[in-house]
Amino acid sequence: METKSIMIVGVGGQGSLLASRLLGNVLLAQGYDVKVSEVHGMSQRGGSVVTYVKYGDKVYSPVIEKGEADAVISFELLEAARCLPFLKKGGHLITSTQQIDPMPVITGAAQYPDGLVEKLRAAGAELVAVDALKLAEEAGSPKASNVVLMGVLASRMDYPEELWQKAIEQCVPAKFLELNKKAFELGKNAK
Amino acid sequence: MKKLMLGNEAFARGLYEAGCKVVSSYPGTPSTEITEEVAKYDEVYAEWAPNEKVAMETALGASIAGARSFCGMKHVGLNVAADPLYTAAYTGVNAGMVIAVADDQGMHSSQNEQDSRHHAIASKVPMLEPSDSTECKEFVKLAFELSEQFDAPFIVRMSTRVAHSQSIVEMEDRQELELKPYEKTPQKYVMMPAYAKGRHVFVEERTKKLIEYAETSPLNRVEISDKAEFGVITNGACYQYTKEALGDRVSVLKLGMVNPLPEKLIKDFAAKYDRIVVIEELDGIIEEHCRNIGVTNVEGKNIFGYIGEIPQSVIAEKLLGEKKEYVALNENIPVRPPVMCAGCPHRGLFYCLKKLGVTVSGDIGCYTLGAAAPLNAIDTTICMGASISGLHGFNKARGAESEHKSVAVIGDSTFMHSGMTGLVNIAYNNSNSTVIILDNSITGMTGHQQNPTTGKNLKGDPAAAVNLEELCKAIGIKRVRVTDPYKLAETEAAIKEELAADEASVIISRRPCALLKYVKHNPPFVVETDKCVGCKQCMKLGCPAISMREGKAVIDHTQCVGCGICKEQCKIGAIK
Repeated sequence: METKSIMIVGVGGQGSLLASRLLGNVLLAQGYDVKVSEVHGMSQRGGSVVTYVKYGDKVYSPVIEKGEADAVISFELLEAARCLPFLKKGGHLITSTQQIDPMPVITGAAQYPDGLVEKLRAAGAELVAVDALKLAEEAGSPKASNVVLMGVLASRMDYPEELWQKAIEQCVPAKFLELNKKAFELGKNAK
Repeated sequence: MKKLMLGNEAFARGLYEAGCKVVSSYPGTPSTEITEEVAKYDEVYAEWAPNEKVAMETALGASIAGARSFCGMKHVGLNVAADPLYTAAYTGVNAGMVIAVADDQGMHSSQNEQDSRHHAIASKVPMLEPSDSTECKEFVKLAFELSEQFDAPFIVRMSTRVAHSQSIVEMEDRQELELKPYEKTPQKYVMMPAYAKGRHVFVEERTKKLIEYAETSPLNRVEISDKAEFGVITNGACYQYTKEALGDRVSVLKLGMVNPLPEKLIKDFAAKYDRIVVIEELDGIIEEHCRNIGVTNVEGKNIFGYIGEIPQSVIAEKLLGEKKEYVALNENIPVRPPVMCAGCPHRGLFYCLKKLGVTVSGDIGCYTLGAAAPLNAIDTTICMGASISGLHGFNKARGAESEHKSVAVIGDSTFMHSGMTGLVNIAYNNSNSTVIILDNSITGMTGHQQNPTTGKNLKGDPAAAVNLEELCKAIGIKRVRVTDPYKLAETEAAIKEELAADEASVIISRRPCALLKYVKHNPPFVVETDKCVGCKQCMKLGCPAISMREGKAVIDHTQCVGCGICKEQCKIGAIK
């Protein structure tokens, strides 16, 4: 199989590293060659965080570049807009509708653009927009929106349910397991 | 068993499997996880040293004592450890010694983009460079064997992409090794001139043998394609980018040993093709070597330059003229730079420094973010420890005019790393400088590592804690005081008093990092919308939890940790 590329993007602290590791473990169990790439250091400090997951018969570069992603999964709306150029023609964009102001918006030096969901759709992206924060809070913690979005992705990928469940068990601390399984379920059933 | 592993985790697994016994490192992105991961194996003694020089000397001592040893650092850390490195090249080893140096092509988290291969060449220490996690583990194990075979410490060069990418690794068992016997051998280990002269002869002979080894080593491999239009010579992450971008359109010579470089192997490969392109990030070291050994059909830096990474899109565009299509929104998308976290104790201090209009000599750590808007508080950032010594020089140049309106800021870990000696210089050479130690009880920027001030060691066990107040006094600073950066008025008053004083002083701005698990948070604050007049005084703090909505301040309850500096800043009492 030709290499497939999935990009997971968000804001530092939203848990994109865990999401990429979870997805990586599902793909590994599915028998693919897998590479997952992350950039550390600035990740906890509210900056843009980007991780790459690539899989296929043989994966070389761990990096995804503009026009290469089969899917972009974004935990925040502005980050979805920022990463739109990474999407392949006909690629899928799954985004949370959560909005987090970056510092230039907080200081008044820039404005958070309006109507991004409509604009992304108008730009031709195959878009799924989900209020992952609300679903995560429903599951028990706002921190679980990463796993909600993995649920949304799972409903659009054809891999056995038990692989996802096992990967969640591998990646999430035991005391948060039930909460995250619920978050995954809510994501899977989101429209 | 197969597992997805970060390059750094695979490196650590290699240390474990190779029977490594002693590890000493200083954290630095992107090298940190090697040491954090190897510390999880009970069979390995692992520690954080106060700096890279101490770490390397510890590892060399362990090697001489007969145990396989390791030290890890980022590229700029190798500058700090350069002194022992250049002489360890002469002493060689008893048991194998491996050094990790992680370069940061693209400067994802560093203050410069230096190419560590220059250190390997200049010190005459052999260097290997893996291109994925599988190779990280294999190369580390081989490096220990070669270290003992050639009597040399071996450097394994990492990069951000290799260190922080996960790929599949097959785990094997640990090789449990006896300590090698230690015999007093002054002509090998006492590097005074008479003995060092003999060892230099050995080093030159060793390099010749290493070049011979490089000609046939499995570390360097040729991948011939029948459809090749030209030949590529490459190393590290660039090998992966080359394969992705060019596939079977080229033949590849992949160099896993980047110092010393082979001669015949390169000449034979280059003779097969009219055109040879060297794809290497940063400096043109392989390309220059090709020219030096008489290979003339070579190019590289004229195409790719010396700056940043060379990912597949750059290779495809420059060599094939191919560009991927994509769409972008016709919209101004605001940047999202990293910021100090909500509740970060550094914020209150930098707010006061900005308010007072003080010149700030900065250092390396989370607090470097104090240079960003809206605080814009920092004037200089050079390297670990330079805040204090730089301030001293600044004040010696400008005298009293500067002494009363300039400070140095340095974190607790950075102070232990190389700030102390600068403070000794201030006391000894009598400059009226004001130094602020931002003691947040952890090494923050690299992701919460313990250090000699925190009272815990790498394994999390209790350890001796340096008393910063007593240390500064012992150095000769008479004015030492502690403030709480969550209290703006107290902090501002302390800075004013110490700047006004006619002798050197140290302010310890003390409050643990808000992200530490043991730190208890207050309930989040709320803005009483009817009271808020929209004066934006709270916005001057640059807290990511506060924003303006319809002319009024709003606090994000998911981020706010109740530090209270916005409450103190709000003069009309709208924040509760």
